[in-house]
Amino acid sequence: MAGAQTHRLGNGGLVDRSAPLNFRFDGKAFSGFQGDTLASALIANGVKLVGRSFKYHRPRGILTAGSEEPNALVELRTGARREPNTKATTAELYDGLEAASQNRWPSLRHDVMSVNQLFAPIFVAGFYYKTFMWPAKFWEAIYEPAIRRAAGLGRAAGIADPDHYDKAWAHCDVLIAGSGPAGLAAALAAGRAGARVILCEEDFVLGGRLLSDGGMIDGEPAAEWISRTLAELAGMPDVRVMTRTTLFGVYDGGTYGAIERVNDHLPSPPEHQVRQRLWRIVAKRCVVAAGAIERPIVFAGNDTPGVMMASAMRTYVARYAATPAKRIALFTNNEDGWRTVETALGAGLQIAAVIDARPEISPAHRSLASKGGFPVLHGSVSGVDGGKDGVRKIAVSLTGGARAEVEADGLAVSGGWNPAVGLTSYHRGRPKWRSDISAFVPDGAPPGMVAAGAANGDFGLGACLSQGFAAGAAAAHDAGRTGNAGSAPVADDEVFSLTPLWHVAGKGKAFVDYQHDVTASDIELAQREGFESVEHLKRYTTLGMATDQGKTSNVAGLAIMAAVSGRSIPETGTTIYRPPYVPVAIGAFAGHHRDGTFHATRLTPSHHWAVEQGAVFVDTGLWKRAQWYPRAGEKDWLESVTREVKAVRSGVGFCDVSTLGKIDVHGPDAGAFLDRVYINTFSNLAVGKARYGLMLREDGIVYDDGTTSRLAEDHYFLTTTTAKAGLVMQHLEFCRQVLFPELDVQLTSVSDQWAQFSIAGPSARELLKQIVDESEDLSNEGFPFMGAREVTLRGGLKARLFRISFSGEMAFEISVPARFGDAMARNLMLAGAPFGVTPYGTEALGVMRVEKGHIAGPELSGTTTAADLGLGKMMSTKKDYIGRVMAGREALVAPDRQVVVGIKPTDETRRLRSGAHIIPKGQTPGPGNDQGYVTSVCFSPTLNQWIGLALVERGRERIGEIVHAHDPLRGEDYDVELCNPVFYDPDGGRQRG
Amino acid sequence: MRIACSFCGERELGEFTYLGDAKPVRPEAGASEDEVFDYVYLRDNVAGATSEYWYHGGGCRAWLKVTRNTLTHEISSIEPAAGAGAAKVGA
Ligand SMILES: [Zn+2]
Repeated sequence: MAGAQTHRLGNGGLVDRSAPLNFRFDGKAFSGFQGDTLASALIANGVKLVGRSFKYHRPRGILTAGSEEPNALVELRTGARREPNTKATTAELYDGLEAASQNRWPSLRHDVMSVNQLFAPIFVAGFYYKTFMWPAKFWEAIYEPAIRRAAGLGRAAGIADPDHYDKAWAHCDVLIAGSGPAGLAAALAAGRAGARVILCEEDFVLGGRLLSDGGMIDGEPAAEWISRTLAELAGMPDVRVMTRTTLFGVYDGGTYGAIERVNDHLPSPPEHQVRQRLWRIVAKRCVVAAGAIERPIVFAGNDTPGVMMASAMRTYVARYAATPAKRIALFTNNEDGWRTVETALGAGLQIAAVIDARPEISPAHRSLASKGGFPVLHGSVSGVDGGKDGVRKIAVSLTGGARAEVEADGLAVSGGWNPAVGLTSYHRGRPKWRSDISAFVPDGAPPGMVAAGAANGDFGLGACLSQGFAAGAAAAHDAGRTGNAGSAPVADDEVFSLTPLWHVAGKGKAFVDYQHDVTASDIELAQREGFESVEHLKRYTTLGMATDQGKTSNVAGLAIMAAVSGRSIPETGTTIYRPPYVPVAIGAFAGHHRDGTFHATRLTPSHHWAVEQGAVFVDTGLWKRAQWYPRAGEKDWLESVTREVKAVRSGVGFCDVSTLGKIDVHGPDAGAFLDRVYINTFSNLAVGKARYGLMLREDGIVYDDGTTSRLAEDHYFLTTTTAKAGLVMQHLEFCRQVLFPELDVQLTSVSDQWAQFSIAGPSARELLKQIVDESEDLSNEGFPFMGAREVTLRGGLKARLFRISFSGEMAFEISVPARFGDAMARNLMLAGAPFGVTPYGTEALGVMRVEKGHIAGPELSGTTTAADLGLGKMMSTKKDYIGRVMAGREALVAPDRQVVVGIKPTDETRRLRSGAHIIPKGQTPGPGNDQGYVTSVCFSPTLNQWIGLALVERGRERIGEIVHAHDPLRGEDYDVELCNPVFYDPDGGRQRG
Repeated sequence: MRIACSFCGERELGEFTYLGDAKPVRPEAGASEDEVFDYVYLRDNVAGATSEYWYHGGGCRAWLKVTRNTLTHEISSIEPAAGAGAAKVGA
């Protein structure tokens, strides 16, 4: 059973004492309540030490109560769900939660790496650059592993995340970030005006600082005003309030990124639910009511556990009824810090002293001190005596030079407030300095965005309400919603007075960036070494580069740099702000695009039939294509593929080639259009004929190839390679719309509309006769090689038939509407049974094309010209076409270009592999004599040996030469003979039938 | 980023494909190699407003001519690119 919650107040707070929750931290059992964060529950149990720091392994406690937390990072959950660097201050407590501290070994209390403190001189600013420069090989072997062990954060799970992540879109008129007084007032105004509103709140409870600081609004306590406001918003159907949702980025055109932690507050997501959801929100206007972040004051020992932001301390007391300390000291330079004193006294806690850096305090606070019986010391904290068990004594330098000491177990610190300027600065807006609050406020926000309330530097409750309301009303109006917004909620404004204080000089480490262990002296050192630009300072010291992005440290760092370099803070300037505002899991960006759903999958029309046939599939782009069809007893893929090739060459086989891109080209100028995009001529192609075509890019390099048929005077049917289907369509549309608008031609992508099969082999015609209507003449005279026409199938279905051959055999391609593709495959099997029909896959297709010397993807490599491919004669000299002029450039017509040739190993039993380099025989391989490489290889069942195609310098002039194939990747060296690339039926008699 | 297609209205970036500078005009058939070289390769690297081609492949398949500021990403005009790159015969 978990221990008692020794530091929990008897009443008050927003925790549900009727719902106790058990959890473990570093293996030890504790209990908390529903409504706790992990941080508040740890505080309620008196836990002060929660982590070790990044470089020096110093003991650290909880500093804040929000997403700005730099210290209290834990590994949340275990096993595959283990999540490193999770902020205890935002992790909602659930029953059974398990968390572990990070960056300590062997245990949090006894961390041997804390000896790093003794080596502190090597961890100073720029230590990466200074210490580990030479020799380079030491970096990987010694420095990096050692640093990673010594200085690090949490461990990733190391196994696949079992949870699901979702992505969603939303659209609205007014998007609001934050549900404090400004955000709620903005939602009220915009909602009443009739706007579609989305309000995002990163917390799991709505109300922002009102939950901790209370106040009176419209004459009633803040809690009651919140309830009334939420009820009114709930009654507006177009207002959507999203909790556990952080707006983390602003993108072009009013697009925003938000991360919704849908089920992070549960041990694991309920079945069929996602853990997190990534939102892309398109909003006409955005009101940033993200509040402000209280900033620390830099002094020696300011990282001792028990030193906490003043606002966080009162949040733990007021919202969570948990007491970080029993006897509290406050160190403040402003009026607002005193609220913590009021809250602590109200909860019955003791105030040890208030150390106020201002020369004067208000009479009200003076009388509060005398009633509370605690001293007010004018001065600043110069040191903290304490260790891993927390603060014990606080050293104070009094104004005038005297010293004092305060005994306390907690120190609340307030150095003022920094508006959360992240969202407003993501489009390179540079925040501007406001000297009355000594803080940067938004300036140059992205179009359509405005900040209101504390996020705009106006901290009073009355100002937050009135500004938020005005901003919401204006945003709704700008979005075209003109309903009556009514009147704004009213509250008094508190006095805000502040005397800037950034850094108290003293002995001992004074931390600016807690998470990256950057001290004030690191910044001073960087300045001495010349790193005065804030962007250099940031990178040299790593200030603000940790997962908290310097939310508590950046401005203090700038102020210290300004002081040591003798400039003002606005002169020193800020670094560029970039999203995300909080860390976002990569899994959320991936969403469902992982594993088997990484991308869409396209199935060919005969896919299910092929699955029944036991086909092995290969991914080609998005497609699944049948690669081969193994049969019982076949020992490997080569045996299956060889059988398929032999069956086609001796009988008949068929293959689904529906993946080819298919484009219908219509119009009186269709022929003229094709003449301009192909190197050869199509306007003179007879109706009923097909022709092979080659396209170039405008720079003269080959783009794509395929056959195009003329089905009617004004109708061509164009095919592309599988890989370029979409790109060729895009290219042709560019030519049609942008370059040649005078041509009367239309393009229609019909890739998905037609199922297309190749039917190849000596018996192809006999098989086809069983499929098409008896009236169709398929004889060589009636339908010769390169014929193309519409035919009627038995049963009346219209199909497109082409007598084209990739295999070199007598072959046809037949297209039927895609919904008949499955039936066509089954029909071909039935009708082909008497001829021993054999389905074949992409491997056999590839073998036959290499045997026939046809080029394909490996030769269309984006570096080859038509002449390189042996197709130079196709280039028309009678017309202009895309790529014509550039293809004539000197280097593209040079006689020593690498061109396609065939290769055969001199040892007929040797296997070839693509990628091997071609070197002249008898020479030592090197870059100077590399003459090309092997592009495609296959085992040719027809020649009973391995054959291939290669790109070889002057290859066509060297037919018969023996050259050397050098394959350093596989450690192979052998000789090959250069030969005619057409290995099979070079005069083409078989395909002409 | 969002682009208001002249035919489909405002759509998300993912529906579009970028091509590049929309200024060059394809030379006439008789143009010299130098002229074609400039057309294929010569581009200004503009910091500011520039016109560029975008293809609405996830929608109507129109090629659009978009004027966009490369510093702010602000889009100031969008029109169909019909004929934008066509040779100006006799020009
Ligand atoms: Zn469109």
